[in-house]
Amino acid sequence: MELIEAIVLAVLAASTPLLLAATGELVTERSGVLNLGVEGMMIVGAACGFGGAWLTGSIFIGALFGIVAGTLMSLVFALMALGLAVNQVATGLALTILGVGLSGLIGAGFVGERITPAMHLYIPGLTDIPLIGRVLFGEDAFVYFSLALIVGVWLFLYRTRAGLILRACGDNHVSAHALGYPVLRIRTFAVMFGGACAGLAGAYLPLAYTPFFIPGMTAGRGWIALALVVFSSWRPGRLVIGAYLFGAVTILQLHAQGWGVGIPSQFMSALPYLATVIVLVLLSRARTGGSTAPAALGTVFVPDR
Amino acid sequence: MQAHQRMLDPTPNGLHSGESPLLQTLGLTKRYGDFLANDSIDIDIWPNEIHALLGENGAGKSTLVKAIYGLIQPSAGEIRWQGQPIVLSGPSEARSRGIGMVFQHFSLFDNLTVAENVALGLDGKESFKDMSARLEQVSKTYGLPLDPKREVWQLSVGERQRIEIVRALMQDPKFLILDEPTAVLTPQEADQLFIVLERLKAEGRAILYISHKLEEVKRLCDTATILRGGKKVDTCNPRLETAASLARMMVGGEIKEVKAAAGRKTTVPRLVVNDLSLAPGEAHGVRLEHISFELKGGEILGIAGVAGNGQDELFAALSGERLSKDPGTVVIEGIAAGHLSITQRRKLGAAFVPEERLGHGTAPRMKLSENALLTGHAASGMVHHGFIDTAATLKTVDRATETFDVRKAKRDPEAASLSGGNLQKFIVGREILRNPAVLVVSQPTWGVDAGAAAVIRQALLDLATAGAAVLVTSQDLDELAEIADRIAVMFHGHLSAPLATADASREKLGLLMGGSSLDTKEAAHAVGA
Repeated sequence: MELIEAIVLAVLAASTPLLLAATGELVTERSGVLNLGVEGMMIVGAACGFGGAWLTGSIFIGALFGIVAGTLMSLVFALMALGLAVNQVATGLALTILGVGLSGLIGAGFVGERITPAMHLYIPGLTDIPLIGRVLFGEDAFVYFSLALIVGVWLFLYRTRAGLILRACGDNHVSAHALGYPVLRIRTFAVMFGGACAGLAGAYLPLAYTPFFIPGMTAGRGWIALALVVFSSWRPGRLVIGAYLFGAVTILQLHAQGWGVGIPSQFMSALPYLATVIVLVLLSRARTGGSTAPAALGTVFVPDR
Repeated sequence: MQAHQRMLDPTPNGLHSGESPLLQTLGLTKRYGDFLANDSIDIDIWPNEIHALLGENGAGKSTLVKAIYGLIQPSAGEIRWQGQPIVLSGPSEARSRGIGMVFQHFSLFDNLTVAENVALGLDGKESFKDMSARLEQVSKTYGLPLDPKREVWQLSVGERQRIEIVRALMQDPKFLILDEPTAVLTPQEADQLFIVLERLKAEGRAILYISHKLEEVKRLCDTATILRGGKKVDTCNPRLETAASLARMMVGGEIKEVKAAAGRKTTVPRLVVNDLSLAPGEAHGVRLEHISFELKGGEILGIAGVAGNGQDELFAALSGERLSKDPGTVVIEGIAAGHLSITQRRKLGAAFVPEERLGHGTAPRMKLSENALLTGHAASGMVHHGFIDTAATLKTVDRATETFDVRKAKRDPEAASLSGGNLQKFIVGREILRNPAVLVVSQPTWGVDAGAAAVIRQALLDLATAGAAVLVTSQDLDELAEIADRIAVMFHGHLSAPLATADASREKLGLLMGGSSLDTKEAAHAVGA
C-alpha cells in the first residue's frame, strides 16, 4: 500500500512537467506552428526559475522567472519563424541548441546550490485519508495548476470564439487571412503561450522535483512533450492521459531496475517514443477522413499585402 | 417584377440620374515592384445590378476585388462607397460596411463544421446558438440547404460553395463579390445559383461577378467591365455583345478557331481499360468502380465531371502513378500494362499531362531542359551511357518553344518562371513532340488564357489526326464539345458510357455529372461512403 502510494505520487510529479510543456505546445501547434524548441525553452526556464528562487527565496517568483524566460525564448522563435518566415523545423532545432548552451551559462553560478522546494498542500483530515489523501490533497501547486491549465485550454479551444479562430489558423492560414484574421499575430501569441508553459515546465524541475539545478536536467523531457502532443492527436483530453502514461513509464523504469527486472533501461526510456509511433500508426489506420493534425502545421505563411 | 426590374435596370453610360453608385473605384492602382497589377481602374457598381468583371488570367481581376474587399491596400487611387471615399483596413471592415465576398478557391476550413466556418466569417457579436438558428433560416430562405454540424471535408464542392454564399448572405451585404462561382458547378447547380443571384439583385443588392464563361455572363449580367493587362479596356452591356466580341475585348485580338481536320479516321484500339477498380490512395480519395472504355487511334475521348469524382485517381491509374494488381485492366497498344511503371508505359508509347503544372507536370525550380529530360529520358535518346546529352535536351526545349509558341525570357529558364499558359504549352508540347501513340491529358487548358488554350486544343486535334488516341479530362464542357468525339462522365468513381459529342447536350451531361442516371441505390451508397 505504502509502495503504491509512493509510486502514484512519483508518477504525478514526473508527469507534471510533461503535461505543462505539452499543453503549451498543443496550443502552439493548434495554431499551425511547429516549435521543436521545447527542450531548449524548458532548460532555460529551469535555469532562470532556479536562479529566481535562489535569489529571492520565493518559489513563486522563481516560477515567474521560468515563465518569462520561456516566453523570451519563444519570442526568438517567433521572430525567426513567423516574422522572417524561416523554416520552422530548423528554427526549432536551433532554439533547442541555443537553450542548452544558454542555460549552462545562466546556471553556472547556481550549480551546487540548494533551495527549499515547493510546499505541498496540507488540509488536515483530507490529506490524512489513507492511500488517496496525499494523492488528491497533498500535491504542490504546480500539479493543480497544470490540471487547471489543460482544462482551461480545452475550454478555450472548443468553447470560445478566440479558440475557434486559433484552430482556424492552424487548419488553413490562407482562408483565415482571406477572412481578415491576423494570422501571424495570433500565431505569435500561441507561440508565446507555448514558451511560457515550457518555461514553467522547466522551472518545475529545480523548484519542486529536485531542489537544485544541474545543467541538462530536463534530460529530453521537451522531446517527450513534443511526442506527447502527437500521441494525443492534438486533443487536450488525450494529452492528460498521455502525460500520466508517459510519466508512469519513466517511474516504472526506475522501479523495474530496483526490482531487478531484466529489461534494459534504455528500452524503457525509449517507450514513450515507441508508444507515439504506435499511436500514429493506429490513428492513420483508423482514420475515416479529415486530418488529425492541424492541416497547416509547420508551413510558412507570408501574407500578401 | 418585370417592370420594376426594367426601371432599375442600370445602363453603363451614366444614365443613373442624380444618385451616386454604390461602389466606385477611381484610378485604382496596385503595384507589385515594377509590375502594375491594376493600372488606374475606374469602375462603377450600382444597386440592382449584376456587374461582370471579365479578363484573362493575369488581367488583374483578382487584384481589383482583393482591393475592394480590403485584403490588399491599393498603391494609388480611391474607393468610394455610397459616394464617400473610404479606406478599408481589412476584410472585417469591408464586411461591416456591407461588402461580402465568395472566394474562387474557397476560404473554408476542412476540419471545422459548417456552423464554425460560418461563424468565422461573421463578426462574432451574436452567440453561437443564435448564429446557428439564423444560419438555418437564411439557408432555408434562399433554398441553399446545409447541415450545420457536418465537417467541411465531408461535403461536395457544390455544398462547399453554398457555405460560402450563405456565410456572405448572413452579413446581409449590399454588395456581393463572386469570384468564378460556376467554375466547379454542374450546369444544373449553376442554374440554381443564378436563381439565387437574380433574387439578390431583385432585393436591391449589387453583385460583382467574375467569370470566364461568356455565355453565362451574357445571360446573367447587366453590365460588363473588361480588364486586360491590368487596365480597363471597356465597359459594355454584355447582352448587346456576342461571346466572340467579348472574347476579342479580353484578348485584344482575334482568337484562332480550332479546326478539326476533315476525314479523321479511327484505327485500332490503342488504350483499353477493362473493369478497372482501385481503392483510394488518400484519406479523401475516391474509389474507382469498374471503369471500362476503349479508345481507338485517331479518336479523342472526353471525360467530364465535377472535380473530385475520381478523375485524379483515374489519371494516376492510367499513368502508372498507382498500379493495378491486375495487368489486364489497363492495355496500352495491345500490351497489358496495369502493373507497369510510368517509365515502362512511356516506352510503350504513352504520354501523360497531369492537371497540376507546377509540382506534378514539372519540377518548378528546375530548368525546362531538365524537365524535358525527366519525362523524355525513357524513349527519346537524351541519355547515353547514363550521361545526359545536354544538347539533345536543349533541342527538345527549342522545338517545343517553336512549335507551340512558348514565350519565355531566355532559352532555358526555370519552369516556375513561365506563366501558366506558356508552361502548359511547353508541357503539352514536350509530350506531343515525342509522337505518342496514346496521350492522357488532364485539364489541358485549366487557368490558361484563351490564346494559349486555342493552341493547345488545336495540337490535341492534330495529334489525333496523326493517328494517336487522346484522352482528355476536363471540367470545361465547351472545351470537350469542341475537341472530343465522344464524352463520358465521371461521378463518384463511376464512368458513364460515352456519348457521341453530337448527342451530348449540356442537359444530359449535367444530369450525368449530378449522378442522376446511375443506379440510385449505388449512388446513395457512394455518397454515404
